[in-house]
Amino acid sequence: MSSVLLEVDDLEVTFRRSAGPGRKAASVPAVRGVSFQLEAGTTLGIAGESGSGKSTIARTLMGINKPSGGSMRLNGSDVGALRGRELAEYRQTMQMIFQDPYDSLDPRMKVSETLLEAIKLRKNKPASPLGEVYQLLERVGLSKSFASRRPRELSGGQRQRVSIARALCVDPRLILCDEAVSALDVSVRAQVLNLLKDLQEDLGLAYLFISHDLSTLRFMADYVGIMYLGKIVELGTRDEIFERPQHPYTRALLSAVPEPVVVDRTVRLPRVRLTGEPPSSTNPPTGCSFHPRCPLAQEVCRTTAPARRVTSSGQLAACHFAEPELVVAEA
Amino acid sequence: MTALLDVSDLVVDFPTASDGVFHAVDSVSFTVNAGERVGIVGESGSGKSLTSQALMRLVPSPGTVSSGTVLFDGAEVMGFSAKKLQKWRGSQTAMVFQDPMSSLNPLMRIGRQITESLQEHLGLSKAESRVRAIELLQRVGIPDAESRLSDFPGAFSGGMRQRVCIAIATACSPRLLIADEPTTALDVTVQAQVLDLLDHMATELNTGVILISHDLGVISSFCDRILVMYAGRIVEEGTAEQIVGDPQHPYTRALLASILKLSEPIPRRLKSISGAPPLAGRRASGCSFAPRCALAVDACLTIDPALVDTVNGRPGQKVACGVAAPAAFEFAEGATAA
Ligand SMILES: Nc1ncnc2c1ncn2[C@@H]1O[C@H](COP(=O)(O)OP(=O)(O)OP(=O)(O)O)[C@@H](O)[C@H]1O
Ligand SMILES: Nc1ncnc2c1ncn2[C@@H]1O[C@H](COP(=O)(O)OP(=O)(O)O)[C@@H](O)[C@H]1O
Ligand code: SF4
Ligand code: SF4
Ligand SMILES: [Mg+2]
Ligand SMILES: [Mg+2]
Repeated sequence: MSSVLLEVDDLEVTFRRSAGPGRKAASVPAVRGVSFQLEAGTTLGIAGESGSGKSTIARTLMGINKPSGGSMRLNGSDVGALRGRELAEYRQTMQMIFQDPYDSLDPRMKVSETLLEAIKLRKNKPASPLGEVYQLLERVGLSKSFASRRPRELSGGQRQRVSIARALCVDPRLILCDEAVSALDVSVRAQVLNLLKDLQEDLGLAYLFISHDLSTLRFMADYVGIMYLGKIVELGTRDEIFERPQHPYTRALLSAVPEPVVVDRTVRLPRVRLTGEPPSSTNPPTGCSFHPRCPLAQEVCRTTAPARRVTSSGQLAACHFAEPELVVAEA
Repeated sequence: MTALLDVSDLVVDFPTASDGVFHAVDSVSFTVNAGERVGIVGESGSGKSLTSQALMRLVPSPGTVSSGTVLFDGAEVMGFSAKKLQKWRGSQTAMVFQDPMSSLNPLMRIGRQITESLQEHLGLSKAESRVRAIELLQRVGIPDAESRLSDFPGAFSGGMRQRVCIAIATACSPRLLIADEPTTALDVTVQAQVLDLLDHMATELNTGVILISHDLGVISSFCDRILVMYAGRIVEEGTAEQIVGDPQHPYTRALLASILKLSEPIPRRLKSISGAPPLAGRRASGCSFAPRCALAVDACLTIDPALVDTVNGRPGQKVACGVAAPAAFEFAEGATAA
């Protein structure tokens, strides 16, 4: 059994929305009591509704957004209590790769300059920083000649490799990947995903991997959390989530994946649809947040928020009716 | 019947460092009928976005449309005056750009960005445009639509920004809608909702839709016809069934094989198409896919295959591969041997 690297407990992040024409000031609870653990060397995949708080969790871990409640523990120490050097060290343990490396790489800087700047932050300075740059480039599958290029001279996949190399400069234990491969086409995406897997194996990295692409998530993740309106509504191992999904939202999500199969053109887009209004984040529905759109909703769902509990197939789900007899054969 | 849009032999050039030009889009021809859904797939850099920018006459400099015709309702778009062009773009067409942030102004409230465009293009009053803006945001599944009008783009999640752009593009009921990777930042349920909206426009409003994506899953579930692009060219075209069910070009096949499917066992490693597409401006002679092609024969290195009918007898399917369809070599420009 590996050790717990990151422990997030009951995390709350609330944004303030200022008053404007036609609206009052309000608070936006973007993350509402999120808890999960991440073991060293493993991947927790996160998928879920657009706007459900996935990026906010990642940004809060990185210190970009401030938590309004709950705790984040890294290697056992409370991140909120860290100051000065300890905080700086914590920051280095965790690195982030974004969807669009255009935004995150300085367009004026050569690849070598970007990497050297990051290496400078390292506690143990390498004897030959430039030698280190070449090694890092090799690690991510780029030849030395890339050191002198600037971002616009790189393809999307190459830019993402440089972002990965930069994240590796400080010897992180955990990399947060927010839609890190979404902008890449299938072939390049496959190469970058293989690279991330190799790095995990070689360096024992842990990943928090956020993606809308469920087949990518299934390939990458050991554990999967599904988010809806600021909460993780289902959390389990990859197989539990993909083979035996329990939460009605997870099932709706999995059934909506378009795959390139020959479809009968007379039945256009033959997928299960989520109907009903998407929920308001300033004024979440009472009871279970999913009830206005849930095909299984009962009276209790309107009044009582379901607690997250272990279902008989193993995973955690926040649904009053997540019981094995509900598992419809998903043929 | 005249097609809504008829593009023929479109070429987009960029200057190269060595004083030459490179064809980022190379002799691309296709049509879009009213109410038709046409998909363009291909790796990044294959010319998908430039093709759509070119037919809207929006190619970024130093790029130029060096030849080709674009007929809209039979009228030559390349010949439009600046004034006519602007009117045409605003009233007949709409475009959803690949990067939502590039088309939204980060310093302007979302509401104003939508209402201004409605006032300008539809001549709505301030109050009318506000009501309409709320409807539009609701239609793309943005909760609390009314109060979110006063937000700046920064307070929207990635997927919400993308939906705002879609809302703006669909506002004026355009006759031609070009959507460039409109669903990459969306979860699959919202994606389905957005595709339904585009579907509604095609079916009910007879809008011709061009959907650009590298996701063959999205493209094949939505489109009537698919164009596969590689290195600036269309290398295969056909109906969704033809492209997914009986692909002829080795590149299309490789693309399909590299897709991860939920319905299949998880592989230990992912397959990718070995090698990389030719670098801009370094196109060798012969078939541009040859360096990566498992089926390449000697002729592929010298003859640049033409786009011809496939040999599987499926009407409308075309392929540019001399091994899959020998005629592609016979009809190649400047072919000396077959
Ligand atoms: N700076 C901010 N100010 C106000 N609200 C914000 C801010 N950033 C995010 N939000 C809100 O918080 C919620 C969660 O946003 P977040 O970016 O975490 O979503 P996400 O799950 O990453 O969505 P997507 O899949 O679309 O990227 C959304 O309702 C969003 O509008
Ligand atoms: N502004 C530009 N300057 C120089 N080359 C460009 C520019 N825009 C696109 N290109 C080149 O044109 C080719 C096609 O680009 P694009 O249409 O954006 O590809 P896609 O949308 O298929 O990913 C690429 O090789 C790209 O590098
Ligand atoms: S608690 Fe009720 S409304 Fe919520 S997901 Fe379960 S069945 Fe649906
Ligand atoms: S023409 Fe030759 S190199 Fe090109 S796709 Fe066909 S077999 Fe491959
Ligand atoms: Mg996000
Ligand atoms: Mg593009």
